[in-house]
Amino acid sequence: MTEPAKDEGVVLTEAQKRARRSRSIAIALALVALIVLFYVMTLVKGPVVLIRPL
Amino acid sequence: MSLISEGANFRGPIVASTLAEPSSASVGDYIALMKPRVMSLVVFTALVGLAVAPGHLHPLTGFTALLCIAVGAGASGALNMWYDADIDALMTRTARRPVPMGRVQPGEALAFGLTLACFAVVVLGLLVNVLAAALLAFTIFFYVAIYTMWLKRSTPQNIVIGGAAGAFPPTIGWAAVTGSLSLEPVLLFLIIFFWTPPHFWALALYRTEDYARAGIPMLPVVAGDVSTRRHIMLYTLVLVPLGIAPWALGYAGVLYGVVASVTGAIMLALAGQVLQERRPVERACRHLFAFSILYLFLLFATLLVERGWGGLIARLTA
Repeated sequence: MTEPAKDEGVVLTEAQKRARRSRSIAIALALVALIVLFYVMTLVKGPVVLIRPL
Repeated sequence: MSLISEGANFRGPIVASTLAEPSSASVGDYIALMKPRVMSLVVFTALVGLAVAPGHLHPLTGFTALLCIAVGAGASGALNMWYDADIDALMTRTARRPVPMGRVQPGEALAFGLTLACFAVVVLGLLVNVLAAALLAFTIFFYVAIYTMWLKRSTPQNIVIGGAAGAFPPTIGWAAVTGSLSLEPVLLFLIIFFWTPPHFWALALYRTEDYARAGIPMLPVVAGDVSTRRHIMLYTLVLVPLGIAPWALGYAGVLYGVVASVTGAIMLALAGQVLQERRPVERACRHLFAFSILYLFLLFATLLVERGWGGLIARLTA
């Protein structure tokens, strides 16, 4: 009796893996930049950061 | 027979063929989605609005405002490329964009654009002020929903009304500093608003076949060459006095007045050449298209040097 073939799902090519890795790094850098921006802006504004008049 | 093909009426072949493929989009493809050249013009005009506005703004807050405006412009570009993938594929100028080339899937472009738009508006609202964020949100909405989804494919006045989206950045920059609006940013808005039609119609005059193939009812496609050339002259006649208005109303100095007058005269002369020129010669249209970019840059750069530079330096050194 032969075993049913395993479904390996989507198999990425090397190029697709490289592209995914570069996209992941870019997203990580963007998130870190956003965290740094909020942190520094909070230091700059101090308590006023909560007051945002029109 | 209408020059308009059925290009604008179908969406899908590109969308359908690439949905199942794992993405091989690079970071560069995503940067291309944000239309970096358009973004640079948006950032520059916003910087001028920010620099000429009265009042104090911390340099980092100013940087954050510009960053959000840039990201908002990028979001608009990505959403535009998502929706227009079908017609982009039909036009020589746009056929190599990431979505029609299949490097970025339409769903990815949509998700990317929506994510950037949300981040840009929320961060601007949280870190700068709500009015600037509201203006940015409206600009993105106007460019994507009003211009891209509605006007672009339905009326030859598409870039006249749609041009408002490109005219908002200086008002957002102003609002980021002052938290309000006044006549001066409205004037900057009007300059870009009336600059847009002659600029794009000059391009459309020598790209008529491209637009016709894609089914976009640009003025030269629908109304013909002669009517478009007249419209270019009419809008330039409105634009040039508006360009001089900041000096005439006392918002700018003599240098700006001289630059606006001289470059305005050149714009009128080039629009006059376009009015007289007939096909197949298209040199005048290309000259007007190229000079119109320089014209807008010079007006805003002079304002920046004359009015804003001192204020900007003072803010940076405060």
